[in-house]
Amino acid sequence: MLAARVIPCLDVFEGRVVKGTNFVNLRDAGDPVEIARRYEAEGADELVFLDITASHEERDIILDVVRRTAEQVFMPLTVGGGVRTVDDVRALLSAGCDKVSINSAACTDPDFVRRAADRFGSQCIVVNIDPKRVIKDGKEVWEVHINGGRKPTGLMAVEWAQEIERLGAGEIVLTSMDCDGTCDGYDIPITSAVSEAVSIPVVASGGAGGPQHLVDAILKGKADAALAASIFHFGQYTIAETKQAMRDAGIAVRL
Amino acid sequence: MITIVDYQMGNLRSVQKAIERVGGEAKISSDPVEISAADKLVLPGVGAFGDAMAEIRRRDLAQPIIDFVATGRPFLGICLGLQLLFETGLEHGEHEGLGILKGDVVRFEPPVLNSDSGQPAADSGQPAGPILKVPHMGWNTVTKRSSGPILDDIQDGSHFYFVHSYYVRPTDPDVVALTCDYGHEFCAMVRKGNLLATQFHPEKSQADGLKLLAGFNGLSTDAEVSA
Repeated sequence: MLAARVIPCLDVFEGRVVKGTNFVNLRDAGDPVEIARRYEAEGADELVFLDITASHEERDIILDVVRRTAEQVFMPLTVGGGVRTVDDVRALLSAGCDKVSINSAACTDPDFVRRAADRFGSQCIVVNIDPKRVIKDGKEVWEVHINGGRKPTGLMAVEWAQEIERLGAGEIVLTSMDCDGTCDGYDIPITSAVSEAVSIPVVASGGAGGPQHLVDAILKGKADAALAASIFHFGQYTIAETKQAMRDAGIAVRL
Repeated sequence: MITIVDYQMGNLRSVQKAIERVGGEAKISSDPVEISAADKLVLPGVGAFGDAMAEIRRRDLAQPIIDFVATGRPFLGICLGLQLLFETGLEHGEHEGLGILKGDVVRFEPPVLNSDSGQPAADSGQPAGPILKVPHMGWNTVTKRSSGPILDDIQDGSHFYFVHSYYVRPTDPDVVALTCDYGHEFCAMVRKGNLLATQFHPEKSQADGLKLLAGFNGLSTDAEVSA
């Protein structure tokens, strides 16, 4: 049976792993390759590097991190952050990552998703969707934001997810801007609404504070995988004990 | 020395690094002469079936690959490199494959109903079970359908990493070495003599994947695997 995936995410800033709360307050958490190896040993199902380096001129740093990681860990590796062109996708794939994650560029140039999927295959094109709960005309809507949650796009999360599936994306990472970094749990209603609206896998992201939150993401949020950062980085929970809690809750996991 | 076929479709470096990790040597090549002369050949690949065959033909690699397999030397196809071995791929139209094995390559048509849910299928008139997503992406368990070198190192229920929307339907059931279940049973690995090919990615399947690659690396280059 297909296992629900547990995916640690490493925010990488100028070649170092950092993790912020609500996309600010960076704290140093270590060397990406070293942490990747530790997570592999603990049983991570995949790994995500999110390059939050501000300057496009420093892209070579993440390519080097990817190269060194791919030499030492033998599990799927996704890289996101600043992916804007087909050449960016090609450079990351040839450095050794398996999937690239497109965020802002998907909103500003949706055809880029189609071009990338046509060229490299849907299986390696992931689109990040970052919704935030906002009130419009007296009604709550789930509006997609870009630029680390700072800029509203006018796109609604569920409709946008269906659109990016049509464009050829193979997977969605759904990060709640309201929950990210809070450790209070994933945004379950948004996760289940998006997961049920598309036929490609959905990865819940943003808000994990403990194993029960990952259980909820899979069982209640109908997600295919759960991504988490802080709870693993600072040693609060291991991946193995998180997966054990998921198995105890009746979820198929790889242990 | 293992030769990895380069036709611009997929992550060759991961395959090379994984072979090196298990003590093997691997080079990447798109030269028909080198491919014909290889001791062992790996055909990796991700992407679309039609594009891949076009890239292979553009480099004049189809016949060298077919001839290599005919010599009985060890061959390993991975993911798209499994699918291309068959006669026909039905991805964005109908495409002719290498035709080394009889059968075709078809899509998981959503909705794929989860047979493990214990819920009735859609055509029974009852509410459907949970819908499985396509691509089939992640770690799934395999069941052994034959035995022999390499397969004897794989335990029933081992997890391997899959990412694919299409699966192979071999005409000859005897070539099916491993199966996997995703809504229905499908072929996860074929073996015919020294011809081995996996739908999953051994180079991304951590310890169990490396064990399979170590087994391939350890195959003798002249003796056929006994069937």
